[in-house]
Amino acid sequence: MPVDPKELNADRNQEWRNQLRSKLSAKERSGLPRVKMLENPPLERILSFMEVNTGLSEEMAVRESRRCLDCSAPTCISGCPVNINIPGFIKLIEKGDFLAAARKLKETNALPAVCGRVCPQEIQCEANCVYQKMKKPPVAIGYLERFASDCERLTGNTSIPAIEKKKSLRVAAIGSGPASLTFAGQMAKFGYQVTVFEALHELGGVLSYGIPEFRLPKSIVRSEIGYLEAIGVAFERNAVIGKTLSIEDMKKQGYQGFFVGSGAGLPKFMHIPGENSLGIYSSNEYLTRVNLMKAYQFPDYDTPIVHGKQVAVIGGGNTAMDSVRTAVRLGAERAMIVYRRSEQEMPARIEEVHHAKEEGVEFLTLTNPIEYFADSDGRVKQMKVQKMGLGAADDSGRKRPVPIPGSEYMIDVDTVVVGVGTDPNPLIPQSIKGLEVTKWGTIVVNEETMQTALPEIFAGGDIVRGGATVILAMGDGKKAAESLHAYLQSVLPGR
Amino acid sequence: MNRIVAKEFLSENVAKLIVEAPRISQKQNPGQFVIVRIDEKGERIPLTIADADPEKGTITLIIQRIGTSSHKIINLNPGDALRDVSGPLGRPTHIDKVGTVLACGGGVGIAPLYPIARAYKKAGNRLIAVLGARNRELLILEKEMAAFADETVVMTDDGSYGKKGVITVGIEEVLQREPVHLAVAIGPAVMMKFVALLTKRYNVPTIASLNTIMVDGTGMCGACRVSVAGRTRFVCVDGPEFDAHEIDYDEMIKRLNMYKTEEKTSYDAYLRSLS
Repeated sequence: MPVDPKELNADRNQEWRNQLRSKLSAKERSGLPRVKMLENPPLERILSFMEVNTGLSEEMAVRESRRCLDCSAPTCISGCPVNINIPGFIKLIEKGDFLAAARKLKETNALPAVCGRVCPQEIQCEANCVYQKMKKPPVAIGYLERFASDCERLTGNTSIPAIEKKKSLRVAAIGSGPASLTFAGQMAKFGYQVTVFEALHELGGVLSYGIPEFRLPKSIVRSEIGYLEAIGVAFERNAVIGKTLSIEDMKKQGYQGFFVGSGAGLPKFMHIPGENSLGIYSSNEYLTRVNLMKAYQFPDYDTPIVHGKQVAVIGGGNTAMDSVRTAVRLGAERAMIVYRRSEQEMPARIEEVHHAKEEGVEFLTLTNPIEYFADSDGRVKQMKVQKMGLGAADDSGRKRPVPIPGSEYMIDVDTVVVGVGTDPNPLIPQSIKGLEVTKWGTIVVNEETMQTALPEIFAGGDIVRGGATVILAMGDGKKAAESLHAYLQSVLPGR
Repeated sequence: MNRIVAKEFLSENVAKLIVEAPRISQKQNPGQFVIVRIDEKGERIPLTIADADPEKGTITLIIQRIGTSSHKIINLNPGDALRDVSGPLGRPTHIDKVGTVLACGGGVGIAPLYPIARAYKKAGNRLIAVLGARNRELLILEKEMAAFADETVVMTDDGSYGKKGVITVGIEEVLQREPVHLAVAIGPAVMMKFVALLTKRYNVPTIASLNTIMVDGTGMCGACRVSVAGRTRFVCVDGPEFDAHEIDYDEMIKRLNMYKTEEKTSYDAYLRSLS
């Protein structure tokens, strides 16, 4: 999905943009300091699930947008899996036309308010900002994306993009997480009749069950889904594909193209003694109880959760950070990250690690659990951990953790959350005959097109990648939509 | 929304609901379950499908009143609706012709046993049902079971009906009397544990269908995990049926009690809200 340089150029060479560019010199622009995100203070925010980042003010956003040099060959876009016209939307903010900036985002990204909050911009667009070469902090692209999309949503001015002539072809997306939502939005824009099938009672996939309210308010997810409904996407809840409906059933209903975005839904456990003790959760379960089922509002809501006082979260990714910060909000007196490598190797975003530390989370790095001990009711009360050293780099390029003999010690815990990753959920791959699957259970696709071994079925997101980010899943969804569009138009032209 | 079309009490605390669920009614097989969410604030609970009518597009759920969610469901009436019903989930029972099948059901476990026993009978097996309940009033589906079973033995703890004694007494009588090729046990965890101990002594292959705590029911959360033959398995996607001789019942019983305190808090609050 390369960006058309001609289009970018035409956009950049508009009269207003030329004028705006000449208002300040590159030197003046690069001399401006990077804006700081406003946050609720740690001691206040840990008392509830309120959003941690509160966004930029108009004045701050405009000031930050001036830092963007509006490069003639912008490098930031190459770092964006959905190829947002980054200078294009930022310059609209500088111009003061925030709604137009939001529309610009929506041209390529169906979920900008989500991406502005959860994307790891520091390793994507912002890592490719020209300021990196100048040893200056990059333009705060993520903050600006959030600002523009929030402006649109909060003022109730949600725009509907141009939609191509309605087609008669029906396509289905399986799962309603970021990959499927992006796919659905793109296919709807191409004019197809799109239905998204979700196994749970709530839409959004990981955006709903996984990412906590304090990082991504569910009202935003609902509003982004509302936008997809407005452009004609239909949604079916409680539809477990492979159980409630098979691909064959869907074909009988007239669906001719499919996108599998069912995610990596199977939690990994470490299979160490005592792991099935009471009070030991997978991060999926812990977060689902809180985010999807609202267990933090028990007993007003019916779903309970253990309010641990001494909570250990195993793992060093964003899911582990979400879990440990959730534990803090559920009243933990001691909330710990237990991670077998050092902080440097942690896959979590720096911002999440920073926020967790601000909220009092302890980091026990180079530490690995090896056994759990329970009381007579079976409730976990202690964990035995082992200190680790770092050896040579492994396949992931990170230093391999090596156990240090004799370094074992005990930690008192009453709740443990195992956040060491997920495997692909086998439900869908198993239910589709002829689909090619790797030994890890991920679906094999042509990486250029996201097409599976079955020509009418495309796939993307964690069911293909095994475990990645929201934005990579969205990039896959977009790529798959473009490929499925091309495929359908070649086999059934004009429908 | 899934509308309730009929409701009938099978005993004071057990109700049978016929629920509209067209797709599920067409897809379900014996041994499978649904996840139900009663209302916007409800939890997701697994309920076994006791029967289905694909033509009418309905499924039958049998629920025992034990806590907030089950009480809420039992209080619903025809015309009311369940907010969400998702399924059919879990692997269907593997039905084969094996010879003589012993269907052992305890309490409300007789409900999920019913479609499985019927399927084994239909496949040409000799089907002996042994049904256990605390007393006559709590015994359910006896007539329905007897309608197709080659023999139905009823055991009650207090002797108010059938023979007096726990279910294993009735099971052992059959095992001593004739060869049994397969046993299916569904009921309270402790009952399944003792049935399994007994049938193991007689070398009778036995399957148990487990009803653990679940959230999503599709393999996503692991709340339902049990140890089977020393391996952690998920009841929702690997089960609900497992080799009854390999299940770690003690661990499972503990895990079923995970939220005992919270369940009481919730139920007390709910009962207060009713009065």
